[in-house]
Amino acid sequence: MPIVEAIIISVIAASTPLLLAAAGELVVERSGVLNLGVEGMMIMGAACGFAGAYLSGSTFVGALCGIAAGMALSFVFAVLTLGLAVNQVAAGLALTILGVGLSGLIGAGFVGQKITPAPHLYIPGLSDIPVVGKMLFAQDGFVYFSVVLVIGIWWFLYRTRGGLILRAVGDSHTSAHALGYPVLKIRLMAVLFGGGCAGLAGAFLPLAYTPFFIPGMTAGRGWIALALVVFSSWLPGRLVAGAYLFGAVSILQLHAQALGLGIPSQLMTSLPYLATVIVLVLISRGRGSTGSVAPASLGVVFVPDR
Amino acid sequence: MSDQESASHSARAPLLQAIGITKRYGSFLANDDVSIDLFPGEIHALLGENGAGKSTLVKTMYGLIQPSAGELRWQGEKIELTGPADARSRGIAMVFQHFSLFDNLTVAENVALGLDGSESFAAMSARLAQVSRDYGLPLDPKREVWRLSVGERQRIEIVRALMQNPKLLILDEPTAVLTPQEADQLFTVLERLKSEGRALLYISHKLDEVKRLCDTATILRGGKKVATCNPREETAASMARMMVGADIGEVKATTARAVTIPRLLIRDLSLEPDDPHGTYLRNVSVEVFGGEILGIAGVAGNGQDELFAALSGERLCPNEDDVIIDGHAAGHLSVTPRRKLGAAFVPEERLGHGTAPRMKLSENALLTGHAASRMVKHGFVDRPATLKAVDATTQSFDVRKAKRDPEAASLSGGNLQKFIVGREILREPGVLVVSQPTWGVDAGAAAVIRQALLDLSGRGSAVLVISQDLDELIEISDRIAVMFHGTLSEPIARAEATREKLGLLMGGAAPESIKEAAHAVGA
Repeated sequence: MPIVEAIIISVIAASTPLLLAAAGELVVERSGVLNLGVEGMMIMGAACGFAGAYLSGSTFVGALCGIAAGMALSFVFAVLTLGLAVNQVAAGLALTILGVGLSGLIGAGFVGQKITPAPHLYIPGLSDIPVVGKMLFAQDGFVYFSVVLVIGIWWFLYRTRGGLILRAVGDSHTSAHALGYPVLKIRLMAVLFGGGCAGLAGAFLPLAYTPFFIPGMTAGRGWIALALVVFSSWLPGRLVAGAYLFGAVSILQLHAQALGLGIPSQLMTSLPYLATVIVLVLISRGRGSTGSVAPASLGVVFVPDR
Repeated sequence: MSDQESASHSARAPLLQAIGITKRYGSFLANDDVSIDLFPGEIHALLGENGAGKSTLVKTMYGLIQPSAGELRWQGEKIELTGPADARSRGIAMVFQHFSLFDNLTVAENVALGLDGSESFAAMSARLAQVSRDYGLPLDPKREVWRLSVGERQRIEIVRALMQNPKLLILDEPTAVLTPQEADQLFTVLERLKSEGRALLYISHKLDEVKRLCDTATILRGGKKVATCNPREETAASMARMMVGADIGEVKATTARAVTIPRLLIRDLSLEPDDPHGTYLRNVSVEVFGGEILGIAGVAGNGQDELFAALSGERLCPNEDDVIIDGHAAGHLSVTPRRKLGAAFVPEERLGHGTAPRMKLSENALLTGHAASRMVKHGFVDRPATLKAVDATTQSFDVRKAKRDPEAASLSGGNLQKFIVGREILREPGVLVVSQPTWGVDAGAAAVIRQALLDLSGRGSAVLVISQDLDELIEISDRIAVMFHGTLSEPIARAEATREKLGLLMGGAAPESIKEAAHAVGA
């Protein structure tokens, strides 16, 4: 029993940064912008988050620093793609390269330092429930926040006028413009929100997952978050399922390696990626029946005609 | 001023006045000192060719464009519209030519986006149902727009405008995409809106429609106002002359045309669409003879794009003999081998499909000409030959351009279309498939293109024209077939192809029921 408990707790920890980053990117893509710079914004969030927490001694301040760093980097992206109408794919890739380099520079002085990891918050009453209580209701603040965030995003997208406008802008920016909606302003908000989420996801790693910073510690999680958005077919509910599926596979393969099944470790390490590819294929095959398709304006540069 | 007051003394007071509107883009004047008065209870037509400045003027009235000079007066007061929301709040609504709809959202969501959001979604939905019932414009609020027909999409636009209870409704070419029957239904709604005391501004270039529906007409040409007249006292020809500034030549078929053997055959072609919003082609069969023009009518989105792709080889057919070009089974051939069989294709989209916009005309000539026109020598491009092809097209088709070999995107729509059609016709293809040959092209260029198609068929080629413009098809086709939901009707000879008959087929009526309807009318 304790091993199952440990596995579940570690699955949750592995899934949370993916969920945070992907949730932000989902909002960005719903507005019709493809920001491939998630990896760069995450690693900046990790470096600045760790620096903030180390200098202030507070996890909360660290998290805020991570969010700010992600937003700042996404603002650069917004200036390029929305203000100057630069190709979004190129700008996003450049953003990742910039983020990886800059985070190494900022984090160089902090490598080898240690901080106290984010405290676990026990929810009174619920965390005392036998078995489940300790697994689900004794997590750190990031985990609770990620769940609240996704529910909030779902509620915003499908239950508020603001969400309807955001989806409309992603579906047809020319129509939205013709009706008088400020397309670029709405997209700027979405991009900044996505940057903040990616920064927070990055900050989670040194603040809660491992209590230290190493350059490149996001290890491709930003790319996985991007894939998860497609995987979820831009639906928040499926995003949770996808993030946890991926988290579970990546933890289980570690345990499978520990059991010594005689399967090469490289193959086991590739399992999560293989699972993603398979699910992506299955989803795109069933696309016609579910009708869930990408936002129609995704990645298309918009220049208002006056 | 209260509403009652304004209504009582506004019998002849204009609702909206545009005074000396000028809009400058660099050195280009899209609108040059245009003035127009719109009265309540009146349908005012705004006429003009493409590029005459109609859209610029109405966008100014809807707050989408700020004029460089001139002013707007609303009920006598000078106003400056800050944006569409401002225009809507005053009571100005607009139905766009290119629908401003969101395909993946539902009807109700689309309508909500056009309103200011002051009422709850539930209340809005209830009012939507009410308005659409009141005006006889049925809509299912929960359906997504991409599932709807073009006519239904326009209904959304109109209902959305009516939900604002507008004093002035602007309609930008509303009948361009409708069947004649759908257009008639629309006119009934417009007459009713007029009788309710609303002002309507109706943009069109269909003159018979304007004569029938409108009380006043303002004609624009080259950004300037040419005249304001009463369309009922004018003839279609006199208004056309004011629009174009010259008489338009009539197109004539060469009298002695030998209709020979079928040169293009489509045999029982069924094809599944490659994009989720596409149309299934179901058992399409038709023969196009040498020396004839076969027209394919239909409302956009009924499978015309898919049929064109299957004919041109952009999509391969399931069976080799689904498409036969001059006796050769071509179903499995791609575009280039089909061209080598003597076929030529002119797609609907000029920029991006018909031409590569940023490439020069000579390079664009090479793109379709390399297959069969000897523009490549030993694997190298023969530049002089491509330039010669451009010059030949320019001369034969009167393509007007700034220099000898400009980028495709720098040409106006009409001139580029003349180039694309001319490029293919000069190759003397045995089979020509052309989609929307004169879409968005000015009347002069359209006449040149139609004449060229007639002449080509007169020389013995088989010409297949896919078009949404019924008048065009009736003018040039020998036989007309109608596409509906991916099926193609039996072709009707031109003499029997009335607008009513074609319109019914475009709406999906079975041929038998048309006969009955005709019979009933006759009796």
